[in-house]
Amino acid sequence: MLNLLWLIPALPFLGFLLLAVFGGRMNKTGVAFLGVGSVGISALLTILIGIDFISSPPDGYSFNQTLWVWMNIAGFKPGIAFHLDSLSLIFTFAISFVGFLIHIYSAEFMIDDEGYSRFFAYMNLFVALMITLVLADNFLLLYLGWEGVGLCSYLLIGFWYKEPANVYAANKAFIVTRIGDTSMAIGLFLLVLHFNTLDIQNILQSVSTQWVRGSSLAVLTAFLLLGGALGKSAQLPLQTWLPDAMAGPSPVSALIHAATMVTAGVYLIARTHTLFDFAPIAQNAVATIGALTLLIAGFSALTQTDIKKVLAYSTISQIGYMFLALGVGAWALGIFHFMIHAFFKALLFLAAGAVINALHHEHNMFKMGGLRKELPVVYWTFLIASASLAAFPLITAGFYSKDEIIWYSWASNIGSPWLWLISLIGAFITSVYTFRMVFAIFFGEQKTPVSQKPGKRIKITLIVLAALSVLGGFVELPETMGGFAPFTHFLHHTLPAVALRSEESGIELLFQIITAVLTLAGIYLAYQFYFKNVKFTERFKQTGLSKFLFSGCGFDWLYDRAFMYPAIFFARINRNDFIDNIYTFITWLSTALNGMLIKTQTGRIRWYATVITMGAVITLTIVLVS
Amino acid sequence: MILAWLIIIMMIGGLLAWLAGKWNVLMCRWIALITLIIDFIIIIAIWVSNPGNIEISQKPEWLIEFTTSWIPQFGIDFHLALDGLNLILVSLTIFLGIISVITSWTEITEHAGFFHFNILWILAGITGVFLSLDLFLFYFFWEVMLIPMYFLIGIWGHENRVYAAFKFLIFTQASGLLMFLSILALYFIHGKATGVYTFDYLQLLGTSLSTSESFILMCGFLIAFLVKLPAVPFHPWLPDAHTEAPTAGSVILAGLLLKTGAYGILRYALPLFPQSAIAVSPYAMVFGAIGILYGAKLAFAQTDFKRLVAYTSVSHMGFILLGTFAGNALALQGVVVQMLAHGISTGALFVIAGSIQERIHTRDMTQMGGLWQEVPGMAGAGLLFSLASLGLPGLGNFVAEFLILAGSYQVSIGLTIFAASGLIASTLYSLMIMQKVFYGKKKKVWNIKDLGVREMIMMGAMIVVIVWLGVFPQTFLNTARSSVNNILQHFTSRNTKVETGSVDKNNLFQKINFINMIDEKRSNSMILTGHEKIILRREH
Amino acid sequence: MTFVPFESGLILAAVLFLLGLIGVLVRRNIIFMLLSTEIMLNASGLAFVTASARWMQPEGQVMFIFILAMAAAEVSVGLALIMQIYHQFKTLDTDTLNNMKG
Repeated sequence: MLNLLWLIPALPFLGFLLLAVFGGRMNKTGVAFLGVGSVGISALLTILIGIDFISSPPDGYSFNQTLWVWMNIAGFKPGIAFHLDSLSLIFTFAISFVGFLIHIYSAEFMIDDEGYSRFFAYMNLFVALMITLVLADNFLLLYLGWEGVGLCSYLLIGFWYKEPANVYAANKAFIVTRIGDTSMAIGLFLLVLHFNTLDIQNILQSVSTQWVRGSSLAVLTAFLLLGGALGKSAQLPLQTWLPDAMAGPSPVSALIHAATMVTAGVYLIARTHTLFDFAPIAQNAVATIGALTLLIAGFSALTQTDIKKVLAYSTISQIGYMFLALGVGAWALGIFHFMIHAFFKALLFLAAGAVINALHHEHNMFKMGGLRKELPVVYWTFLIASASLAAFPLITAGFYSKDEIIWYSWASNIGSPWLWLISLIGAFITSVYTFRMVFAIFFGEQKTPVSQKPGKRIKITLIVLAALSVLGGFVELPETMGGFAPFTHFLHHTLPAVALRSEESGIELLFQIITAVLTLAGIYLAYQFYFKNVKFTERFKQTGLSKFLFSGCGFDWLYDRAFMYPAIFFARINRNDFIDNIYTFITWLSTALNGMLIKTQTGRIRWYATVITMGAVITLTIVLVS
Repeated sequence: MILAWLIIIMMIGGLLAWLAGKWNVLMCRWIALITLIIDFIIIIAIWVSNPGNIEISQKPEWLIEFTTSWIPQFGIDFHLALDGLNLILVSLTIFLGIISVITSWTEITEHAGFFHFNILWILAGITGVFLSLDLFLFYFFWEVMLIPMYFLIGIWGHENRVYAAFKFLIFTQASGLLMFLSILALYFIHGKATGVYTFDYLQLLGTSLSTSESFILMCGFLIAFLVKLPAVPFHPWLPDAHTEAPTAGSVILAGLLLKTGAYGILRYALPLFPQSAIAVSPYAMVFGAIGILYGAKLAFAQTDFKRLVAYTSVSHMGFILLGTFAGNALALQGVVVQMLAHGISTGALFVIAGSIQERIHTRDMTQMGGLWQEVPGMAGAGLLFSLASLGLPGLGNFVAEFLILAGSYQVSIGLTIFAASGLIASTLYSLMIMQKVFYGKKKKVWNIKDLGVREMIMMGAMIVVIVWLGVFPQTFLNTARSSVNNILQHFTSRNTKVETGSVDKNNLFQKINFINMIDEKRSNSMILTGHEKIILRREH
Repeated sequence: MTFVPFESGLILAAVLFLLGLIGVLVRRNIIFMLLSTEIMLNASGLAFVTASARWMQPEGQVMFIFILAMAAAEVSVGLALIMQIYHQFKTLDTDTLNNMKG
């Protein structure tokens, strides 16, 4: 069974090839069948392989499969090879399964679009490459997936390419992530230099045996890889592309910019956890960046009016939580939060897409309202997902994942009260902006008429994801609730367990209660300000602080001035290549000298004869005298 | 003899096409095409029958060698030889030759016979340059490829063609002259020392030169090749020539003529003067890195489609310069792949630019926009090759750029980081092509056709090659391996001499030698000594 | 038979040559310039003959024959060209015939 591993990425890729070549000539049913089917089989295969893997684990709890040697130069020998272990299995599962659901949803959502087959081609390519990324056995193949999903993200953000703004957003996403990718590439060069291999397991092995903990080399490598992770996962300071990426269709935002691609950075850090373990400074940086990002993005989400932008900032903020978890050494919890986040955030985006479609492409949530009755399925699923995002205590999956991250940011041996405080504030803000959204969209009076109700395929997708957003949490219960945690047990075959500060272990329950109370308080606050007492919020909107937060804390403004304008300026002033002028000057000089010589050529024979005579006389004189 | 036939077939085909063009235009196209297909079959047959992967040996080993006396009075032989490196390049030459004949099928209507004569003679010249092992013969073919190219630009080019043609000719001729002087000097020095006056490459290879002699002679060669490559600051001929040339001319210029420069460095400048080459390598690498960024920056500023693509060539050739002088197996193999990948990807972009110009009669990107709706097939191909040019993994350019940078990282970290920022710059210009040409709103009501069957086949072939390069580069790496190792040995064989000389220990090229030595050991799967490991780590 | 002194012969040749040269330089009419050229040619011929008489060698005479032949050829071509020039430009003034100015 495990030998079929290569089919998981290969099937969606085949789907992409067929759609890219023949998609234009197929009818929409055929396209949907092919596009959804390829990912569906892939998801099914993932589950079968997963069952096989868990029931009869291979030696060393990991499975390798090499398809062919990519290149082989002087001992440097990366292959097209896959590595399956508990970490990559969970990612593959989340990607293929959530991807499959989103494909079903898209089959209905995109039905009226002229680029139907193009859409599914890109989506299939994305799934194929994302699975390649997480299954890659070496960094080079991982980098292939890494850049490839960036490409799909670019193509899908700019899917409606007729609108120049969408294309700009797509370009921005590609370029900003490429900056991170370049840093990662440099990290790979460094690894090649030191180990002459890019095999991930080998490198981690060598790092732990050959390098010194905390050495500058380890720190440098970790930071270079972290650069890639920051770009892809939209963390500070490379987060600016994600809000703009919402120009893409909603299923794209759900799949790429919420559930899977943006968490590639989390995967990379978890995958190279040994390296980060050897570079405490880098690991602290991960925690700090995560904490700052979750706070800044959370505040920005508070002021947005576009429903998808709220969700985008929320995604940045939630990935911040994952980074925080990784940064404090709670590796497995970061991954757990990734999985739960994939469920509920995909659901939120899909539900938001259904709402937007129902209201004639209205994105401003303050022009929505009162949709509770009109779209009951969307309402209930959206509510469940929101509760999960806000970490509503006990019954939602989000509670189980986020609460423990907050706890470990305090209790881990590399945690700190500051990180805990920030993550707590973040949790509070999360519940405020989440329920602000819920109240604005589904409560109050209806402001825009509903033009189109979601069909069967959309509803099924939403319901399945809603179920997962609730039930997904019960595979990982905290110590205080019995500590039934098969998820982390499974992951601990790959990732180390979190190390606690011994003296803190008794007070976990207290911390959980604080978190739960703050979450509920946040919901109440949202109810007060965005449902009952709207005037205050209207006034707040006029303040400079609100505008500052609305613009994403001015990062775009800063980057435009610091990088973009100078780059364009320098490109403009030297458009015609000043080096060319050097050569033009040489030609000008010879023309000028020629002009001087030309003066002597008067066209008068007598002048020539005179000069000849003079020349002869002078020559003769010289000859005779000397 | 088969090697000579490769060239002779093309020359005869060219003459026939010229004659045929006088009374039937279609016939001259078919003659040119069939000629090239015959050559292509020959070279592929040679390739298939020689799987490559020859073990490292001290002397260059040739798959096929052909020698006959030409002008014995001066020691000039008609000496051709084929090894892995030029096998790959000759295949590329003929492949792109076929592409350029197909792409001019409807574009060129005036003097079609003479046009195809020029194309075939350029290709014959390029093939000769790649194959010849006699310096005089090399120079002869070097000129053979220039003159028809001058006509190609000057007669069938666009608005500013005469200027561009003259610029091209003057740059390449002037630099070629320097090389010829170097060749003559080498000939006489060798003759005086040994009494054997010969232009034969293999015999001249061991000529012992004083440091200053070697340096001056190498400069003669190197400048000729750097102009051809082109390296910044010798590049200004390129954008004009590429922009003004007809599509076929641009494809051949970018895909092949530039490669002769790179090939020249690998085949002549490095092996003939290894000591001086190593001495200048840090500077050459700096110019390579500057070229990467400077070319990308200029490309980003252009609005003329072909000019933009032309500047991207400057950028990509910077990688080649960087990799060549990094002088280790990774970088040199990367250079080989880059030559192929750049030939295909840039060639394809020129074909696309040409077919757009054929349809809407402009190259100005500000007047384009929204072409995706009109020509989705072409847009798809444009997307793929733009992505290739920004180095997307899975396509050939990525393999090349990764290997080159990974190789140069072992020599100079700072320079590599500087050069790696070219990856970001290449994203800027590649996405700009897509944005300005294919995306956005329609500027006008275009009424144009998508790719026809002829263009589809051509694009399809190029896509297959570029993807193959990205996914199975090992096919090419194996073929080139023995040649690359031979070049590496020239780098390392003078190793001991340099090390015993009174050279500053901290000098950069010392490092290069050291790394090469280790590289060699790695490739021979020898175990590094602990001492070497420590030094290696300290060096970085 | 008295010989003309060698020096006098050379001086005569030099004087003739100078006269011819001055003629070429100062005359503007192209026909006169041609005539002056003839004088210069003959002056050099005279120098050859004188030298040949001085050393009793025949080569000088041979050279004179050459010069004669060449002068004849030159005159015939020159005159033909002059005819054409006059036909085309209606003038024989060399200063106005400066179409070859650079």
